Amino acid sequence: MGQIAMDPNRPFFLTKLEKIAHWAQKNSLWPAQFGLACCAIEMMGTAATRFDLSRFGAEVFRASPRQADVMIVAGRVAQKMAPVVRTLYDQMPDPKWVIAMGACASCGGVFNNYAIVQGVDRVVPVDVYVPGCPPSPDALIFGIMKLQEKIAMGKNPGAWEGEVLPLKVEAGGR
Amino acid sequence: MIDQAGQEAAIAAAVAAWPEGVRREEGIDMPVLIVQAPLIRPVCEELKRRGFDMLTDLTAVDWLPMGKVPRFEVVYHLFSTRGMWRVRLKAPVGEEDPVIDSLVPVWPGANWPEREVWDLFGIRFEGHPNLTRIMMPDDWEGFPLRKDYPLEGTERPAPIVRE
Ligand code: SF4
Repeated sequence: MGQIAMDPNRPFFLTKLEKIAHWAQKNSLWPAQFGLACCAIEMMGTAATRFDLSRFGAEVFRASPRQADVMIVAGRVAQKMAPVVRTLYDQMPDPKWVIAMGACASCGGVFNNYAIVQGVDRVVPVDVYVPGCPPSPDALIFGIMKLQEKIAMGKNPGAWEGEVLPLKVEAGGR
Repeated sequence: MIDQAGQEAAIAAAVAAWPEGVRREEGIDMPVLIVQAPLIRPVCEELKRRGFDMLTDLTAVDWLPMGKVPRFEVVYHLFSTRGMWRVRLKAPVGEEDPVIDSLVPVWPGANWPEREVWDLFGIRFEGHPNLTRIMMPDDWEGFPLRKDYPLEGTERPAPIVRE
């Protein structure tokens, strides 16, 4: 390390490099721009003028996963869509986070049937779950702020919390 | 204006041409013809020649809970754009070998609905140019709209997790 010349007459502050990186990350989240079902309508509403997601630095919806660092899974994930969602996630550069928006993305919601993945956490690691069907824009904003808190705390992004196993239920059973 | 007489004439002709294989019934909204499955293509060709130029719907019913034999019914809705007539055809299809002739040679628009019926009911359409799954993933097992298909608990392991 070289020496840093400091002028004692000027203001300065000390912090950790990590902390300042987290601070920067949390205030410029770039969500991937895609929606899977009805929840996406609320996501659009969140980004539009009335709720104005840009107040929280997360309005730059990117049409390419290569430029995004948060994935808002807005809607139910069909079995056929699941590999696509996973590919999008894999294409996003690190660090990256996932918000499961709505009952469907969180747990399958009302669609407890053959066609829908029972929660997107079967496919990608989820950081924040936003309940609701659909969650109102304020709820999504709340979820994003929770994610910002998580980022500020320096939690390992995208960590699988525990093992993720496919649910196996006896046919017809609940 | 609906030309009732023309509709009746076209339907009567189809019944008259195959007295064994085509039976007429009254539906609540439109006339119904019960057609033996092997006759479906000639009957449709005849109806098309007589004015039913459009296939508006093609689907199937699984009568398992009712215990009906044969188990499946393929349902066709035909429409005449000139006379504004409608007719519904029902073709019973057995459980052991559910197969019926494809109508793609008659109406190309039958292509996707037939794939859908194959995908969800497992009824094969003989002569279809590309009878593959249309909604479920290609490697899916079973036919989800059959009544004995479990409603839930069929979830497969997480699709792909690439290293
Ligand atoms: S949670 Fe409700 S609004 Fe959202 S995708 Fe599911 S059904 Fe649609």
